[in-house]
Amino acid sequence: MTASSTSTLPAAITATGLTKSYGDKPVLKGIDLSIPEGTVFAMLGPNGAGKTTTVQILSTLISADSGQARVAGHDLVHDADAVRAAIGVTGQFSAVDNLLTAEENLLLMADLHHLDRREGRRRAAELLRRFDLAEAARKPVVTFSGGMRRKLDLAMTLVGDPRIIFLDEPTTGLDPRSRRTMWEIIRGLVADEGVTIFLTTQYLEEADQLADRVAVLDHGTLVAEGTAEELKRRIPGGHIRLRFADTAGLDVATDLFGVAAPDREALTLQIPSDGGIPTLRAVLAVLDDASIEPEGLTVHTPDLDDVFLTLTGHSGSGEPAGAAKESIR
Amino acid sequence: MTALSYAARDSLTMLRRNLKHAQRYPSMTASVVAMPVLMLLLFNYAFGGALGAGIGGMAGGGTGGGGSDRYIDYVAPGIILMAATSGALVTAVGICVDMTEGIVNRFRTMAISRASFLTGHVVGSVIQTLISIAFVIGIALLIGFRPDANPVEWLAVAGLLALVTLALTWVAAAIGLMAKTPESASNIPLPLQFLPFMGSAIVPTESMPDGLRLFADYQPFTPVIETLRGLLMGTEIGNSAVISLAWCAALTVGGYLWARTAYQRSARR
Repeated sequence: MTASSTSTLPAAITATGLTKSYGDKPVLKGIDLSIPEGTVFAMLGPNGAGKTTTVQILSTLISADSGQARVAGHDLVHDADAVRAAIGVTGQFSAVDNLLTAEENLLLMADLHHLDRREGRRRAAELLRRFDLAEAARKPVVTFSGGMRRKLDLAMTLVGDPRIIFLDEPTTGLDPRSRRTMWEIIRGLVADEGVTIFLTTQYLEEADQLADRVAVLDHGTLVAEGTAEELKRRIPGGHIRLRFADTAGLDVATDLFGVAAPDREALTLQIPSDGGIPTLRAVLAVLDDASIEPEGLTVHTPDLDDVFLTLTGHSGSGEPAGAAKESIR
Repeated sequence: MTALSYAARDSLTMLRRNLKHAQRYPSMTASVVAMPVLMLLLFNYAFGGALGAGIGGMAGGGTGGGGSDRYIDYVAPGIILMAATSGALVTAVGICVDMTEGIVNRFRTMAISRASFLTGHVVGSVIQTLISIAFVIGIALLIGFRPDANPVEWLAVAGLLALVTLALTWVAAAIGLMAKTPESASNIPLPLQFLPFMGSAIVPTESMPDGLRLFADYQPFTPVIETLRGLLMGTEIGNSAVISLAWCAALTVGGYLWARTAYQRSARR
C-alpha cells in the first residue's frame, strides 16, 4: 500500500503530544501519531527509546502524563474498555499461562471474550491449525520453544478478533526461521483480515519487510517518519571492511584505495560501498593486482545503527547486539 | 448481559483457571497440607506426653480439656488453624507468579472485569484451603482427636474457619502483589505461620512469660483458637468468638483494600 492511498483511510490510531516520565526521567517527550486503518506501522528504535512505553499507553496498560490519543475511534482515558474491546496486544514477553496447555490458553481467552462454548472451541481449533500448533495443543506451554510461545501468544491475541493489534518486538530473541514464520503470519493478518498493526522493532529489516510506514523513535522523540524506502534513502550506503594481518598490508591498501582512514589498532580499512557484487569484484581486483591478501573481508549493509547515526548524530544502541548485520562473504 | 453478570462470569473463568492450576500441579497444595499434618504428628506423638502432662499439672489447668492423655484434644484445634495459615502461602505465590509472568498485563488490556483477576485467585485459594483443612481434621480424627461438638457446633467451626481463611487469603493476595519475586512471596507469609505458636495453639498462654503472654493474648489467632477449642471440646469461649469475628472482618476489609490498591498501583509501574 502506498503512502498516498493510505492517507485517505480513516485513522485507527491518532495521538497528539503523548508524554510520560518515570520519576524525573522523561521516557516520552511528546509523540504525535496518525495511523490509517488496515496498514502496518512500525516504530523503530533501540532499547530504552520508549517503544514499549508507547505501546503500554496506547493499549490502556498505563496512562500518559499528558497528551491525547484515540484508538479505534475511542478516547484512551474516557472509554478505555471500548478501546480494550477493539485491540489485541502481544507483548515483548510472552503473556501465556505456562501451567495450562496451548488449547486451554486459547479457551481461556475465548471465555474472557464471552464467546459461547462451541464458538470458543471452533476458534481455538482454527487458530491452533493456522499457527501450526495443533500437534502441541494438549501439551503444557512450559515445554514450548520460544518460537512456539510467541505463536501461541499471538494466537491468544487473535481469539477476540481484534481490529487493531499491537506487537511489541514480536521477533526479538527468535531464531531466524521463527522470525520468518512470524513475518508470514503478520503479513497474512493484514492481507486476509485487514487489521491495523502497530509494531515495534529494533530491526530495520523487520520494519522494511512488514511496514507501510516507519517512525524512528530516539530518546522519547520521533526523529523521522516515512516509508522504509524514504528512510533508507536518507542513509548513506554501506561499506566493505578489510582486515589485514599486519600494518604493512594495511598501509599499502590504504594508499591503493585512498578513500578511508585505516583503523591501525584493529588493522582494518573501511571502503564505502553499495554492497553490490561489481564493487566487491573491483575491490578484490585492486588487491590482487597489488598482491595483497587481506585476512578477512566483511560487507556491511545499512542497519539501525546507520539510521541512528544519520538521523540523530549519535549511535542509537548501547547494547552489544547493536542490530548490526554483517555478512561474511 | 449486565455488567454485574459479566463480572461474575469473568471471575468464574479466573476461578476455573486457578483450580486447574491446583489440580494439575498438586505439589504446592500437598506441601501446604504436609506442614500442619507433620505438626499434628509431631505434637501428638513426640511432644504430646510431656506437654500434656505439663498442661494437665498446671494450676487450674482445666484448659487441657481432659488431662495429660488427651493432649491431642488440646492441640488439634490450633493445628487445624495452621492449615489455614499455610494455605495463604499458595495465594501469595500464585498471584506473584501471574504478576511476574506478564499474563496479568494481557488480562489488563482485555475488556474484562477488573476485579475478576483477584476474585478468581481468592475464591480459588479459599476453596483449596478449606479442602486442606478438612483433610487435616480427618487426620486428627484418625490419630485420636475426639471432639464432642454437635452438628450446630461443627457448622460454626466450618463457618469460622471459612471466615479466617477468607481474611488470611486477602492479606496474602496483597502480599503476593507487593512481592517482587515468587520466592519472596513464599517467604513473607512465614511469620503468619508462626503466629499460632505464639498464641494458645500448643500451650495455654498462662504458661508463658509476661511479655509474650500479653502478645499471645491479644494477637488475632488466640481468640480464634479458643473459639474453635470451645466449639469442638466444650471449653470456655467467653468473648473470644466476638473478638475472632471482629479480627476476621478487620483483616478481610484491610486485606481487600490493600490488595485492590496494590493491584491498581502495579499497573502504573
